[in-house]
This record gives sequence, structure tokens and C-alpha cells, in this order.
Amino acid sequence: MALECTAKFSTTLSSLMRVENARIDDVVVAKVARLARLDLTPDELARMTEQLSGMLEHFRDIDKLDLADVAPMPQPLPLKNVFREDVVVPSLDRDEVLANAPAAEDKRFRVPPTIGFTE
Amino acid sequence: MSNATSAPTNAAALPEGWEMVVGLEVHVELDTATKLFSGSPNRFGDDPNTHIDPVTLGLPGALPVLNRKAVELAIRLGLALNCTVQSCTFHRKNYFYPDLPKAYQISQYDQPLNVDGFLMLPGDVRIGVERAHLEEDTGKSTHFGGSSGRIHGSDYSLVDFNRAGVPLVEIVSRPDIRTSDQARQYVNELRSILVAIGASDAKMEEGSMRVDVNVSVRRPGEPFGTRCEIKNVNSVRAVGRAIDYEARRQIQEIESGGTIRQETRHWDDAEGRTHTLRAKEDADDYRYFLEPDLVLLDPDREWVESIRTSLPVLPAARRAALAALVGIDKESEAAYVLVERGQDDYVAEVVRAGGEAGRAVVYVQQAFAEEGAKPRVPAADISALTVLERDGKVTATQAKTILAEIVLNGGGDAATIAKDKGFEALDTSAVESMVDAAIAAQPDAWAKYCNGEEKAMGALVGAVMKTSQGKADGKVVTAILQARRSK
Repeated sequence: MALECTAKFSTTLSSLMRVENARIDDVVVAKVARLARLDLTPDELARMTEQLSGMLEHFRDIDKLDLADVAPMPQPLPLKNVFREDVVVPSLDRDEVLANAPAAEDKRFRVPPTIGFTE
Repeated sequence: MSNATSAPTNAAALPEGWEMVVGLEVHVELDTATKLFSGSPNRFGDDPNTHIDPVTLGLPGALPVLNRKAVELAIRLGLALNCTVQSCTFHRKNYFYPDLPKAYQISQYDQPLNVDGFLMLPGDVRIGVERAHLEEDTGKSTHFGGSSGRIHGSDYSLVDFNRAGVPLVEIVSRPDIRTSDQARQYVNELRSILVAIGASDAKMEEGSMRVDVNVSVRRPGEPFGTRCEIKNVNSVRAVGRAIDYEARRQIQEIESGGTIRQETRHWDDAEGRTHTLRAKEDADDYRYFLEPDLVLLDPDREWVESIRTSLPVLPAARRAALAALVGIDKESEAAYVLVERGQDDYVAEVVRAGGEAGRAVVYVQQAFAEEGAKPRVPAADISALTVLERDGKVTATQAKTILAEIVLNGGGDAATIAKDKGFEALDTSAVESMVDAAIAAQPDAWAKYCNGEEKAMGALVGAVMKTSQGKADGKVVTAILQARRSK
């Protein structure tokens, strides 16, 4: 659970990092947990808060450097403009795919009701 | 054929001292063969879940690769909207609806492909385009059970992923729109441009063009009010109605002492009103972050310029050219209709063949509503008919009959048809004697007409038409009557 939580939380770090002097406290962690649909126990909440604060502290070390001349790096790979051509390739077999789904009906994936949105 | 000049909405003006501020977010599906990040077909209306692959389904290990054609069409669109095309990145927009199995949508966030464009509306109204960015479409959910058939209270949903991953461009206007008419004009003009440049078929009824509307109200000169976003606006007409309803609702709310909450509302076209859908999530709730599976998109100048060079003449310029050629207003209905049908070139051909411009416009607009850009009737045949009518060889009514015959047969010589039908123009002296006979037969009508009752002329003209069996030219008859009266 802890590992999985850390992985999911890490995906939100970059957006939190944009906030100057962002401080991770249990309120922020609880909000992120809710957005990530994670149900944390009070113990887990405390542990996550501590671990994430530690990660942010690490980034504060970088903040101390003068990086005015360094362009933001959106991607560590030395690549850009990677394309595929607009050519159709065969799709997967529907029956085979649906056989792997938790539930299927009438050629479609059957999913539980979702609350809080409408098409 | 709705357009800038189509029937106005019945919108009464807003209450005194209020103005609406409207911005539109328009999603268009790009006309590619395959999806944005995988090779499954991009095709509407096929059997459910026949266009699925590991990327579309978000299977572990699957990696997205950007479709070059989708980028090219998105750049075309950006250039046609006068945008700056720039180096850009992709982000993940995280959410938990089942319509995207990855639990995120790949979109663009703080560095979109196209920025800072504009679109011109009639009356030289300029609507800013803040951005036009690439993103993937979602799958289609259908909700079952429950009482309403809507998501709320449904028992389960069935999902078709054929549409998931289809390339979209989201075009975000600046809040420069001030009336529902302008909003409708914007949507129509955008659609014309998209079709003209081959970026999308832009069919609102099939969902390949979808409009979300942001509406707020304020007293002129004050800062913007709190806005509401309206979804489920599925036609150009609904765009206008939803905006007018929503602006009035907000004004009423404020004037009765309430405040406007920022929220997403649902347009109910049958009821003609909006309902609260959900409180607006602030942008950070989507936890945007850079898509690590995609690299920088940095279109080089040469590519962008070659795309710019390949752009066709856009609808506004075509309307202006047509208007200049035939002497009509570039914002007239005829200009919009003919350019939308792509028949402006055909009208030009008729004129070049020696046709009379004004009649060429009328004939083409009337006769070829059902035909495409290139009506099958040779332009010279239409040209000949306009000349025949201009020179008074046939009347307007007779010309209409000849036109119908030409259209029916896919062409024909106007003069020959006129002769076959016995449409010989009466010489003026014959018409004059018929006019005199009509005056003698209806002295009351004549007296009234001489007293300035213009309506009384109708009876006299009608009598001449009857005598001549419709062969007299109404305009000639009128001219003779006017000449007789002023004697």
C-alpha cells in the first residue's frame, strides 16, 4: 500500500511544486488522497505527509542554486518531434479484449455507476 | 444553412444596464485516418469497440506516438485562425471517469501548440483566440438503469472506446463575445473555416464539433462577473438560446440579491433552461503534469511555412472577392450562402462568360441549393439566360421557368427554350395598348393610383398580366403606368 501510494502521490508532486514555498501538511495530503481516490488511514496520512515533505525538502536544495540561465527541461530525453505516420494498423480483437474485462455487455465494457459527472 | 444572416434569435435585449461576457470552448475532431497516439481508425459510427489497441485501452507498457497528420491539421487550423505556432509539450490531465481507461487524458496545458489568434465576425468584430491545443477524445459512456437514464442514479454504464484517442483540437476564445448572435456567428465562421481547410467535417449533430459556453454578466465598464460553463449545447441554435437564457438567469439572480457561483451547468434544449451540474473543479484538481511518454513537439519553421502556403483562400476572403465581383455586400446572405456551398467560383464563371452579375447571384442561389460546389449545368447556359432577361427578351417570370428547365435537363440554350415555350417578348407598343385597355376598364383603380395610392397599381398590372398571359414584363408595365401618370 505504501509503495503504491507513493507512486500515485509522486504524479502530483510536479503540480504542487509549482506553488512557491509549497508546504506539505496533512490537509494537502488528504486533498491529494481524495483526488487520487485513495482511502488513507490516519497512520498512513501521517507517514505520507512526512515522506512527501522530505521529498519537497530535497527540491528546496535545488531552489538555492542560481538557475536563471538554465532553460526548463520538459523531458530528459534528447529527442523532439517523434511522429508516426497516419496509417491504420489492425485493431485488437474485441471478443478477446472483452473476455479480459471484469465485465462486458453488448460489445461494450460494463462499468459501475460513476458519481459526480454527466456526459 | 444557418449562418451569420440566418433568422435572428427571438432574444429580447438584456435588461437595461447589463451586458453579457461570453467565451467559447470549441472541440473539433480532426479528419485523420487514425487516432492521435495509435494506429486504430478514427471513424464515426462503427460497431462498438472495433477501434481499440493497447494505447487506447491504456494497457501496461503501451506507449503513445504522436500522429504527424494530426499535428499538421492542428497547425493548419492554428494558422487559419491567425495563431502563433510554437514549441509545445503534452500533459496528463488526471481524472477517474471510465471514458478514458488510463485515468488521464493526454492534453496540452501551459505550452499549447497554437496561441494568440483571432477570428473576424460581421461588422469587423474581432474575437480573440487564446489558444488552440491538441488533445485526445474520450470514449462514449451510455448509462443504464435508475429512473432518469442520466448518470445520476444509474445502475451501471457501458463504454465504447472507438472514440477514445481520436485527435481533437480545443479552440478557446477570449471572452470577447457580447451577444448571442456573435456567438452563433463565431461558431458558424469557425465551422466554415474548418471545413474549408480540411481540418474537420465539423458536424455538431455527429459530435465532431462540440461547443461549451462560458457566460457571465456585468454592468458595462465593471470587471468580469463570475462565469458559469454550459455544456450539452448541441446545435448553433442552442448556442444562442443557452446564452440568452443563462445571461438573464444570472442578472435575475444578482438583481434579487443573490450571487453567482462558478459552476458547470447543463443545457436542457427541450425545457429551454440550464441546470446546475457540478461545482467547477479548479484546474489543479486535475493534477496536470508533463506526459513523460511524449517528447517535445517543436514544429520547425520550414514545416509551418509550407503548411501556411498550402492553405486555401479562407471563407471571409472568398466572400469579399465574390462581393467585389458581383457588387453585393460581403456580409449579405447571398455571399455567405454561395461561399458556404462553394459556388462562388461557379458564379464567377457565369460572370466571366458574359452573364449579368446580379441575376447570376440570384439564379445560382435559387437553383442549386441541392448541388455541390460545381453544379452540372454549364456556366455559359446560366450566363445566356441572365443576358436574355437583362435585355428584356423574357420576363422575370419566364426566366424562372426557363431556369427550372435548364436545371432539370442539366443544361440547355435559354433562347431556344424561350422560343419553344412561346416566350417571345411583347414589343413595347403592344404592352402600351394593353395598359391603356386596363386603365379604360378600371377607371376607379386608375383614379386612386393617380391620387398617389400606389397599391391601386396592382389591379392594373394584374389586368395586363392576364391579357398578355404572363408574357408582359412586370417592370415594363409599371414603367408605362408611371409614365402615363406623370403626363
